[in-house]
Amino acid sequence: MARIDLDLAHAYKPNPQRDEDYALLPLKMSFEDGGAYALLGPSGCGKTTLLNIVSGLVKPSHGNVKFDGVDVTARTPQQRNIAQVFQFPVIYDTMTVAENLAFPLRNRGVADAKIKQRVGRIGEMLEMSHQLDMRAAGLAADAKQKISLGRGLVREDVSAVLFDEPLTVIDPHLKWQLRRKLKQIHHELKLTLIYVTHDQVEALTFADQVVVMTRGRAVQIGSASQLFERPAHTFVGHFIGSPGMNFLPLQHGASGASVAGHPVQAPDAAAMLGVRPEYVTLAAPNAAGAVPAVVTQAQDVGTYWLLTTRVGVDGPVIRARLGAEQRAPQVGENVWLGIQGTHTCYYKDEELLG
Amino acid sequence: MELTLERIEQKVGAQTHLYPLDLTLVPRAVTVLLGATQAGKTTLMRVMAGLDVPSKGRVLADGVDVTGQPVRDRNVAMVYQQFINYPSMTVADNIASPLRLRKDAMARNDIAARVNELAAKLHIEPFLQRLPAELSGGQQQRVALARALAKNAPLMLLDEPLVNLDYKLREELRDELSLLFASGQSTVVYATTEPTEALLLGGYTAVLDGGELLQYGPTAEVFRRPRSLRVARAFSDPPMNLVKATAQADGLLLPGGVSLALQLPATPDPALTLGVRAGALRVHQRHGDVALPGIVELAEIAGSDTFVHVLTPIGELVAQLTGVHVFTLGAALTLHLDPRQAYVFDALGELLVAPEVL
Amino acid sequence: MKPVNQKAWFLILPVVLCVAFSAILPLMTVVNYSVQDIISPERRVFVGTEWFKSVMRDDDLQGALLRQITFSLSVLLIEIPLGIALALSMPAKGWKSSAVLVLVAISLLIPWNVVGTIWQIYGRADIGLMGAALAGLGINYSYTGNATHAWLTVLLMDVWHWTPLVALLCFAGLRAIPDAYYQAASIDGASKFAVFRYIQLPKLRGVLMIAVLLRFMDSFMIYTEPFVLTGGGPGNSTTFLSQYLTQKAVGQFDLGPAAAFSLIYFLIILLLCFILYNWMQRVGTADKTEAEHG
Repeated sequence: MARIDLDLAHAYKPNPQRDEDYALLPLKMSFEDGGAYALLGPSGCGKTTLLNIVSGLVKPSHGNVKFDGVDVTARTPQQRNIAQVFQFPVIYDTMTVAENLAFPLRNRGVADAKIKQRVGRIGEMLEMSHQLDMRAAGLAADAKQKISLGRGLVREDVSAVLFDEPLTVIDPHLKWQLRRKLKQIHHELKLTLIYVTHDQVEALTFADQVVVMTRGRAVQIGSASQLFERPAHTFVGHFIGSPGMNFLPLQHGASGASVAGHPVQAPDAAAMLGVRPEYVTLAAPNAAGAVPAVVTQAQDVGTYWLLTTRVGVDGPVIRARLGAEQRAPQVGENVWLGIQGTHTCYYKDEELLG
Repeated sequence: MELTLERIEQKVGAQTHLYPLDLTLVPRAVTVLLGATQAGKTTLMRVMAGLDVPSKGRVLADGVDVTGQPVRDRNVAMVYQQFINYPSMTVADNIASPLRLRKDAMARNDIAARVNELAAKLHIEPFLQRLPAELSGGQQQRVALARALAKNAPLMLLDEPLVNLDYKLREELRDELSLLFASGQSTVVYATTEPTEALLLGGYTAVLDGGELLQYGPTAEVFRRPRSLRVARAFSDPPMNLVKATAQADGLLLPGGVSLALQLPATPDPALTLGVRAGALRVHQRHGDVALPGIVELAEIAGSDTFVHVLTPIGELVAQLTGVHVFTLGAALTLHLDPRQAYVFDALGELLVAPEVL
Repeated sequence: MKPVNQKAWFLILPVVLCVAFSAILPLMTVVNYSVQDIISPERRVFVGTEWFKSVMRDDDLQGALLRQITFSLSVLLIEIPLGIALALSMPAKGWKSSAVLVLVAISLLIPWNVVGTIWQIYGRADIGLMGAALAGLGINYSYTGNATHAWLTVLLMDVWHWTPLVALLCFAGLRAIPDAYYQAASIDGASKFAVFRYIQLPKLRGVLMIAVLLRFMDSFMIYTEPFVLTGGGPGNSTTFLSQYLTQKAVGQFDLGPAAAFSLIYFLIILLLCFILYNWMQRVGTADKTEAEHG
């Protein structure tokens, strides 16, 4: 278990001039000992590169990586005592499950009795005790991923466990169980865990703190509720939540701010108004902070209705989530949507104001 | 195209991939094939397309038996999971390929116009002269979709086309696909493992499990009235809460001595199963709710929803709450259940009671 | 009730006719000969399975068969490990990789009788590099006079000629192993040998099956190279099965026994191929289902 400090940048070319030359723009980040972190972002944002720098598979072009204050930038993953779980299960085909789990310990010359004890404990934690003597090659993908994970956990002195989109090949109904298992393991073993994913559900469920990244930049680091309630950047508002936040352009005139001609309260500097579909309400006509819109699509998603509306003929699109028990408006109906409330955020140049 | 599958069965060696099934697709509508991996969705699609001949049964297109006809002679478009495009042709040539292969050759200008129109619809105009390998996953899949649309076939099959894309990209493309399907004239068949996708696409849903067709009907109806436990399990995300129950005079007896007042039809076997969707459990009490005090075991935050796992007297339940809520592990939490939202399945797993549709 | 395109049959008719003339009809002729005593082109007597029985009891034949089996096994025992070792040491990427690939493949491109001639000259004590070097070291090396030396030379020639094939197959197999396995092994602290034993060798299974199959079949049928090098000598110490067969059929014009033995030879190879192929198929599908679920 270790505290990891990063103060680095990573560029493709030796003399980076512009933002595009960087795979990772200069960042300073700390992962506390025993914390669970997620690196969340779309493909190509640099999250896997960042993970590989932490594990030691990639050396950053600028800056350093420190474990517990010690500079480990030049060290290999083995020397850093890192465990890594990859996108597709990596197991040793010829060995049984128990032998797979014992492998890292055997390579370090741990005593047989200790190996048996550790393997038994980890096997139990992963709910694989009855499969320990089966050949690893014949098991399903989720069992194999558990073995990959187990190999990382079996070493007591592991400094951090890194996950690179590990649930990609798992069936949706098994993902639930594995996510839960990961959280339980974190609770029990208190290891430093860093998880890379493009799936917000995985990130927000798993981590105490999520690092949202886009195009080589860490845009916001915060807890799930912080990211949901107060996105610091429009990208975070867009990426977190399904569907993402509504962004409505603000016009400023003599009488104040307005959205598509309808008055709203907004700070003078704000260029965009952001409101999540979960907080958009059906309002009374001409209510304060409400805009009229026409319903273009109404989808029944079981537990809620997803409404897609348009303000005027070519105005902005606003999406709203309404509870299943509410009466859903029909396509073509005119509705008034309340967009101003305590959860509404204001943005200028993509950054949150106030 | 009205596609009808009559008593279709598919066996490969000793393994049965598809048990006997009958299916008639509603023309010009979207039919979703929903099921876990290896449930038989791809096998069924291949039979629909004509890539595989079923071991038994007939395939009828608009009333004409096409079972022995190779896929070349049928007018079908297919989009795969793996972004399949002609690697050595530019995007424009890829989209134009079905137009050029048609027997009634179109004029060059017409082809170019149609290519531009489709590229605009799928937002890939800037890439028309590039090779597929130079594009990102999402863009490659859009090219494959444009090519399928160019063919303008009466039957369009999509086999989990969005599964290899980022979560957000999947949402965006799914919205676009919904609009494209609605504006087109083809009968669309869309295979997916995610119940939410089925609900968002609407149309009709056919639930498959282990090679069997379990239920087929309008999506909302299949969701609200699953015919059996298997359908309920396959068509819920998160999985439906299932609790063993016993029939009583005025309702159900659940573990932990909790009673639920319900009108039950008479059944020979009193061993029943209670099904409660995660969204039906509330944290706030309403009139008529049954209270289930419990301890929080796990809270999962999924973007706009929070799924909280609570250990209650009747067992472990998962509740879906809108918004982001933070719970501490081990804290006390009471869930409330409205008996009118309960599903009841009999001893054989068949549906007895379903919530009334409001 | 399959979607069948009957026109396809007409397209393959020319090929069917060619194969019939060049393979099937001669095979039928051989079967015909194997049950007859051909005393002269005009006089033939039907003898049933007599040739088969006498062939199986023939000492010379048994000797050739034994030599052949020893040769094939030795070839496999040397070439497979050597090929793997070679593949492991070849660079994986860059211009060096292409250069090494070309160098390694050169011996595969040489016509087989030229291979025999190369080694024939190479081994001569007067003008051959190897022969002269060995003579210089005081070893009385002669592949024409000494049976052991002849064997070793033939073996060495085959190893030189064909190990690159095993190496190339293994090289391709190694490239198919994803990087993540090596990364995971390094994180697990595995030694180089452990990586070889637990990752590379299991993943090379399919490729090695092919290599074993090809090398076994080819070595079992070997003719040109040893014939050019030693002519089968000294005596008959390097006379392998195919050469023995040819001697009997063409040299001595003993068509009956030769035909009988060709059929037996054909059946042995067919049987071994069948076994190895089925084994490969089973291994292949096991890997495929693994890949699908993984």
